[in-house]
Order: sequence, then C-alpha cells, then structure tokens
Amino acid sequence: MKHIIKSVAAFITGLVVLTGCNNSNQSNSKSGALASNVAEKVYVAPGEHDEFYAFISGGFSGQLSVYGLPSGRLFKVIPVFSQDAEKAWGYNEETKPMLETSHGFVPWDDAHHPDISQTAGEIDGRWVFINGNNTPRIAKVDLSTFETTEIIEIPNSAGNHSSSFVTENTEYVVAGTRFSVPIPQRDMPIKDYKGNFKGSLTFISVEPEHGHMDIKFQLIMPGFDYDLSHPGRGKSHGWFFFTTYNTEEASTLLEVNASQNDKDFIAAVNWKKIEEYVNNGGGTMMPANYAHNVYDESTHMATSTLKKEVLTVNPLEVPGAVFLLPTPKSPHGCDVDPTGEYIVGNGKLSANLTVHSFTKMLDAIEKEKFAGDAYGIPILNFEDVLAGSVEQPGLGPLHTEFDGKGNAYTTFFISSEVVKWKLGTWEVLDRQPCYYSVGHLMIPGGNSQKPWGKYVVAMNKITKDRYLPTGPEVTQSAQLYDISGEKMELLLDFPTIGEPHYAAGCPADLIKPRSKKLFPLEENNHPYATKSEADTKVVRDGNIVHVYMTMIRSHFSPDNIEGVKVGDKVYFHVTNLEQDYDVPHGVSMIGANTSELLIMPGQTETFLWEPKQEGVWPFYCTDFCSALHQEMQGYVRVSAANANTPLKWSLGEDIE
Amino acid sequence: MKKPNIIMLLAAILPLGLFLFPLWKITLEAPQYPTPLGMYIYINDFADANPHDIKNINLMNHYVGMKYIPEAIPEFKIFPAGILITTVIGLIIAFKGNYKWFLYWFILMIVLSSAGLYDFYLWEHDYGHNLDPRAIMKFTNPDGSQMGFQPPLFGTKDILNFRAHSYPRLGAYFLALGIGTSLIAYLIGKKNHKKYSDV
Repeated sequence: MKHIIKSVAAFITGLVVLTGCNNSNQSNSKSGALASNVAEKVYVAPGEHDEFYAFISGGFSGQLSVYGLPSGRLFKVIPVFSQDAEKAWGYNEETKPMLETSHGFVPWDDAHHPDISQTAGEIDGRWVFINGNNTPRIAKVDLSTFETTEIIEIPNSAGNHSSSFVTENTEYVVAGTRFSVPIPQRDMPIKDYKGNFKGSLTFISVEPEHGHMDIKFQLIMPGFDYDLSHPGRGKSHGWFFFTTYNTEEASTLLEVNASQNDKDFIAAVNWKKIEEYVNNGGGTMMPANYAHNVYDESTHMATSTLKKEVLTVNPLEVPGAVFLLPTPKSPHGCDVDPTGEYIVGNGKLSANLTVHSFTKMLDAIEKEKFAGDAYGIPILNFEDVLAGSVEQPGLGPLHTEFDGKGNAYTTFFISSEVVKWKLGTWEVLDRQPCYYSVGHLMIPGGNSQKPWGKYVVAMNKITKDRYLPTGPEVTQSAQLYDISGEKMELLLDFPTIGEPHYAAGCPADLIKPRSKKLFPLEENNHPYATKSEADTKVVRDGNIVHVYMTMIRSHFSPDNIEGVKVGDKVYFHVTNLEQDYDVPHGVSMIGANTSELLIMPGQTETFLWEPKQEGVWPFYCTDFCSALHQEMQGYVRVSAANANTPLKWSLGEDIE
Repeated sequence: MKKPNIIMLLAAILPLGLFLFPLWKITLEAPQYPTPLGMYIYINDFADANPHDIKNINLMNHYVGMKYIPEAIPEFKIFPAGILITTVIGLIIAFKGNYKWFLYWFILMIVLSSAGLYDFYLWEHDYGHNLDPRAIMKFTNPDGSQMGFQPPLFGTKDILNFRAHSYPRLGAYFLALGIGTSLIAYLIGKKNHKKYSDV
C-alpha cells in the first residue's frame, strides 16, 4: 500500500514538474520578442521598402522625424520649429524668415501633434501639419519635398496644445490654446484669472490646391485649459471636440487646484455653423500681431509677413454652436472613432474611460436638456450624452486610436500599458505592457475614417534600461505592436528623436510616388540663382559683396576670389547645378558665423560671411559628393579695408 | 496597282518611322544608378532616357576625359535628308518601276544603312578614344596602351564601373522592315514576272 502511495505521489510530482515546465516554455515562446516569427515581422530586407511612413513628433527637439514601419528605421529628421545646422534650416538667408514671430526670431519650439491632410475623410498624404506649443505656431510640411513650407503664428493663444488636427477634407487645421490668457494681452493681476482670462480655439483655413493657411476665425471661450482635440468625421463632420481641464480656473498649483472638479468638459464646437455665421459677416475683427511665414519652392526662399488683425467670435453670439459635455477628471486625449459616432474622453485621473455618443448629444441638444451653463455656454447632462464606459481598464488613460474593425486602443500612462477594447460593448479584450509609461500611440490612419489597423506604435515617456545607457539622458523609446490578430503582439523597440507626443502614419504608397528627386534648374526663380558657370560673377555694392557661385562635380565656380576686404558683408549665393538624384553639395567658409549650406540639385541657398582678418581663406564642399570631393575647394583673398586689390574671380586659371 | 508594287510602296513608307521612334539606345548601368542612365539616338537628335541623363553621362565621362555629347552633329541633317530622298525614290519606284528597281532600292538602302552604321561606329570610337590629355583619371590596358571607353556598336560591354548596352530601337526596326519588305517586293515581283513570261 505504502508503495502504491509513494508511486502515485511520485507520479503527481512528475506531472506538476512537467506541466510547470510546459507553462514556462509556452509563455517564453509567446512573449519572447526574439522569437523568429517576430523578427521576421519587422525585417525589411536590404533594398526593400517599408510598408508605412510614420511621422513622429520631436517634442522639445522642435522637429518631425520620419520613420519606416515595421522596421523602425529612421529616414529623416525634418526641422520645423528648430534651427538645424545640418540643413542650414534657420541659418541660411532663405529660411531665417520661417522662424520669425511677433516676438522676433524664435529658433526653437515644442513640436507636438502631427496630422496628415485628408480628403473625404481619408488620408491623402499631401501635407503634415504640426503645432509649436510654446510660441503658438502651426507649421505645414510638404510631403513632396519633406520640408517645412509654411508657419503661421496663432495670436491670443498660449501653450498651443489642442492642435494641429485637420477636418475631414482639410478644410481647417485647428489650434486650441492650452493656457488661457488675457485677450487682448494686458497688464493685470494674475489672481484675477477667473472670469477674465479666455481660451481661444483657432480655425485655420487650408487652401485646397497649395495648402496656404489663413486664420478664418478664433472662437473666444471661457478660461479653461484646452488640452487636446479631434474633428468629427462621417456623421459628425462639421463638429470639433476639445477636451478641457482646469475648469476650476486656477492660476497656481494646478496639480492640486485644477484637479478638484469631479468632471471637466469636452467642448463640442459646430464649426460649420460658425463658418456660416462668419461668412455672413459675423464676428469681430480685433487688432492682433502675428507672423505668417511662407516658403516658396520656386524662389527657394521664405518671406515673413506680420498680420495685424484677426476675426474673433463670441460663442454666445452663435446660438447652438458650442456645447459642453461633462467628462470625468481632467481628460487628455479627445478621440473620435472612424464612424464619427463615439467621442472618447481619456480622463487621465479617472478610473473609467468615458465614451460619449454623437447621436445622443444631438438628441439632448434638440430637446434642450441642459444641466446649466458655463459663462452662458450650455452644459449637457453627463448621462444624456454617455454612450458607455470602459470599466477599470487601467490607470491614467491618455489617448485612444482605432483599428477600423470596431476596436479601440488606449494608452495608460500610470499602469504603463496599451489596452484593446471593443466599441459598443466596452469590454476589455487585451492588454500589453509598455516599457515604460506610455504617452501616446499611433495607428496609421488612426485619425481618419480609414485606419490601416495592422500596427500600433506606442510612444513611451520613460526608457530607463531598455537600451545601452548613454549617461543621464537616454533616448526615448517607441514600441511597435502587431494588432492584426485577436491579441496584440510586441514586435520591436526603437529609439526616437526628442520627445515624441503624437505621430501620424499612412501607407508608403500614398507618399512615395510624389516624393521629388530634385529641383529642375529651369524652374529656379531665386533672385540670386546662377544657372551656368558662364553667369558666375562677384558684384560689389558698397561694403556688400554678392558672390554668384555654382557647384557641380567636383568644383565651385568661381573658386578663386580676390578683392574682398575686411569689414565686407559677403553673401555667397550658391546654386547646385546638378540635375541628378541624391547629388547634394555642401559649402562652408572658415570663420563664417553660421552653419554650412547643404544644397539640393537645382537649388540656390545663401550664407553670409563677414571676414574680420586679412588673409587667404579657404572654403570647401561638406558633402561627399564624388570621387573628387576632396578637391572641391577654393580660396578667398581678404585685403585690408583700405586696400586697392581689384575685385576679380576665376576658375581654372590664375587671377593676374 | 500590282501586288508587288503595293508591297514596295509599304517598303518605301516604313523607314519614315525613324522620324517617330528612336533609332538606337545606349544604356549605362552601375550600382549607383538604380535607374540606369540612358540616351536615345534619334535620326535627328540625342535624347534623355530619363530627364537629365545626357547631362549626367557627360558629368561621369569628364572624369576620364571624354568629350561632352554634342547638342547636334552634322548627321542630324544628313540622315533625315537621306531617308526622305530614299523614301521619295522608293515611292517613285513603287508607282513607276518594275521589280528590278525594287532590288536596286534594296541594295541602295543596305549600302546607305551600312554607311550610317559605320559612321556611328567612327563617332563612338572617337568619343571613346579621343580623350582629354588632362583627364582626371587615366586608365591603361594590360598591354600599357591607353584604355578607351567606346560603347559597343551592338551588344553589351563592361566599361569600368558601368555596364553599357547598345541596341537598336523601334525606329531601326521600321528601317529594317522597310528594307526587308523591298526584298520581298522584288522576289514576288520576280516570281510573277516569271509566271507571266512562262505563259
């Protein structure tokens, strides 16, 4: 008997051990990011192209980075609100005006939320818009050149955060203020914030053909913080939704004082109604001062214009245009599903995720079921507009995107995870950890009627030990998940530039065929362009010297210049005569108080050199252009201010 | 109009395709050129296969001292005139001549085309061998003689980092078809003549 018990016990122990082993094996093979099938999913063979473009904001780098998915490879960092010495952006004479503002030259900003232009509710891949948070600006990046071609400053705004999201046909790109301020700005006690400060929501019209931006109107709202926003789409096209916090209207210790109300609001704005009001002469023109900077691809040059007035709209004067939807606990992301029915308020301090119904909202508005008003703006009843709540999905919801198959994906900052849940039933379907503390996420086309629900990119705020350490400052990290199946699967970690906030993505095929290879020389209308070596020259006008220079493999023309004097201001206008793909040339001058120029084929750029010392000073090509790149160099002779050295130049022969 | 004359009429017209389509194409492949550089040779022009190709071929070739491909060469005037004249002769023959003239036209075209090809070869040879003595890079053959960079007249050849292809294009096929058709016109004409003279 004992013997039997012993063998049974041994058998059971054996079973436990076996199953134990089995379990651990199973979980290993499931979660291991090194499993071969996972590696294959992100492997893009040498010479092959990625399936998607991802435009990931640089946050405090002021830039926009361009990645490929699923590989996570970085292709380009586009300077938007920050000077970039590599590309001479904000350093050369042509692009300096792009960073002009009503406060003067501001060479940095905090670039937050890229959004790709849309046609009929689908991503069209023409432009990316992105907001500068600090000195409020909206920029437009042209996706045929991957360059910033327009920046408009937003007056009456501060902390331009609930921006830069586009409506379904890119009728408008919308910019909301995060910090309410006195409008117009004036000297007043900070403690008098409540009731006196205002928040502006700015609707910038986008001209359909060239994308030129112009402020159509500014809605002057109560002094809350307008955090994020998204357009209605499909059935809710014509509306725009903004999350708010600090409805307490506190001006100090906001972490406590702005977290007191049980519910803040989502502001629903019927912009079609306001547009109609404005088109019929409504609104008040108000003095303002803001810069509008436009880069012209034909002249390769930007101009900055200061605009002096802006049309403002008081919401109370357009009845039925603005309503407030109570939403729990300082909501951050304000996300609209592809059908346009559901508006997700990601209450970052709430235990639940609140989803409003557009249909129910319209119904409540029609029946005038108001719970009260805030400065005259009707507040709807929470229960009347609520579609449902996702119960206890995680801690600290920030941002939700959609896969177009009826599922939503929400980031949870505090519990550091992405949670997949179902629209309509509000049940949680899956959760995956993020490393660590995820901020935002992106599904290609996620802010449109047609998401491509194959991948989600999570952008994490904290990286710690995920990569080889690089001292106290470590890279930020993005993570790629496969969402094509029932369960999400972590595929890849990849480092990012600056601090990504939002990102935008779309299939590469929407953009790739339109990407330019060069600028045709015959279309170069730069006033200082030199289109052949025969036309190169050096012209003196007082103490200003203009050098009309060309570059082609592998020489500058001219490459010897004499007659420049100490105290001159020498403008090098350099044209790249190449007409071949991927043959840029660079140029830099010893002692020039600026960056190099990096000039694309067919383009003209200008740098200023102010020689301070007599001598013979070399310049050279900075981009390894050809086998004779090292020979691509030249000299400028600088004489004393009172010298008589004649102004002469040459290529291939001596100056006599 | 008799059948052989109709065929001869066709033969005389076909070479006019040279005014519509390129005669020849030279293509240069290299690792740095995923889209190869290419040049179409028309009867009256050199043309880029893709925009700026000739400019970029010139830029490449200047390293080894080759001359720039000229904007125009005398052949661009002579060749079109030659084709027009032979077409007119062909038409006259088609309307007025008998089959023996078809053969003479055929021989004329063979001679002129061969002369044209030889002229093309001479130009290529000069282009590939008459190099600037101050060339940036000088290459020699294993026997010590100066390396030439002549593209092949017909076929494929490796030249330094490039693989050069040189092949006739649609215009040349029109010409060849025209010449061939004149021979057919002759043969049918001859056969018919025999038939009738036998009777």
